[in-house]
Amino acid sequence: MDKTIATLAEAVADIEDNAVLMIGGFGGSGAPIELIHALIDRFKATGSPGNLTVVNNNAGNGQIGIAAMIDAGMVRKMVCSFPRSSDPRAFTEKYLAGEIELDLVPQGTLAERIRAAGAGIPAFFTPTSYGTELAEGKQIQEFDGRPYVLERWLKADFAIVKGELGDTHGNLTYRLAGRNFNPLMCMAAAKVVAQVSTLTEPGGIDPEQVITPGLFVDGVIEVPNPQQEEALIRAGEVYA
Amino acid sequence: MSSKLSNAQIAWRAAQDIEDGAYVNLGIGFPEMIAKFQPAGRHITYHTENGVLGFGKAPPQGEEDWDLINAGKKAITLKPGASFFHHADSFAMVRGGHLDLAVLGAYQVAQNGDLANWRVGSKGVPAVGGAMDLVHGAKRVAVITDHTTKDGKPKLVERCTFPLTGVGCITRVYTSLAVVDIEDGRFVLREKLAGLSMDELQSLTGAPLHTQGQVADLIVPEIEQ
Repeated sequence: MDKTIATLAEAVADIEDNAVLMIGGFGGSGAPIELIHALIDRFKATGSPGNLTVVNNNAGNGQIGIAAMIDAGMVRKMVCSFPRSSDPRAFTEKYLAGEIELDLVPQGTLAERIRAAGAGIPAFFTPTSYGTELAEGKQIQEFDGRPYVLERWLKADFAIVKGELGDTHGNLTYRLAGRNFNPLMCMAAAKVVAQVSTLTEPGGIDPEQVITPGLFVDGVIEVPNPQQEEALIRAGEVYA
Repeated sequence: MSSKLSNAQIAWRAAQDIEDGAYVNLGIGFPEMIAKFQPAGRHITYHTENGVLGFGKAPPQGEEDWDLINAGKKAITLKPGASFFHHADSFAMVRGGHLDLAVLGAYQVAQNGDLANWRVGSKGVPAVGGAMDLVHGAKRVAVITDHTTKDGKPKLVERCTFPLTGVGCITRVYTSLAVVDIEDGRFVLREKLAGLSMDELQSLTGAPLHTQGQVADLIVPEIEQ
């Protein structure tokens, strides 16, 4: 068993038109920038994959990463909790023009919906959003005298994530707070590709340090010295 | 009208109530200032929604590591004993009742404990982040805010008119003029600035202020900004 993928182009080759795509990261922390940009390259060369539903906490920043995907016209809908950033122009323009949909989900509910999908739990009750406009139309039930809102799992066709160490079996660790949504998305998507800063043989990661067991991961590609979204934005970089 | 507390002074007052050993989430923006006024001798562990417990100050400019950020996407540093966890665990800490205190900003707080702090109308791009989660589960959920809006309207109201973040969730409000608890669907005044009369304070408040025994003076040191 060797889940190694040789090139970034191959890593994103199986993402189809109309797919629900989870992209790991919180802002730039733990964001798989090289995989995102490889997907943009593919779209620009072939016109596919388009009409994507992208799941991420945010909706892009500046003119790189998810913002560059939106600018390229690949994204039909964002599922996120906070579609604002230091430079939210890409999403904001298309949203106000009615050219992109928004499914706004409270951050903890977003995380738990993704976790539930990965855990085989189709729905759950949460106190979050009860009594607010984000609970409108949702089933409410009382437990022990308190009202809760029914939320459904959130699955994806594909996830692209960023790890720190990976091995050829797909075991992953994460760097600092770059963990965020990445382990959850690995569990919730039908197919998962991870970029890692260092790829090792099996045994290269202490089993006690593994955060995402390789069973959740289908492909691993080594991207040494990955770029940082925040640093690119501060440098005024544009991916187009 | 008498003088009012600065934001730093409101944050200082809120910081005095955080016990040694507490686990605390400070909302993005104004509430983050509370960490600067942590009383000496108390160990307080700060939680941030994106998956860190035990973070400290911002690093010096140029030494940021952009994988190490808080929920406001600002660079942070770690204290000894810090830990990382994924988002589902992070919000389990929030909703699961494991935090001692969450402090949030507010557009409006109602006398029944309702909070409105995420949007003011239906225009623009809505963004909620973790606000609707943070109001549920912490043992205490407090607000720090100016007592009134910039044009003098009350922020402590009978009923919120802005879209709600949570229902019946706030337990205490620290304002530029007073400290107010929310108990049994009423505002209960605990402290107010000494130079301010009850009538003046009531006129700046959108719902009745009740008292239970003595109202203490709200005493805060001068803080240089």
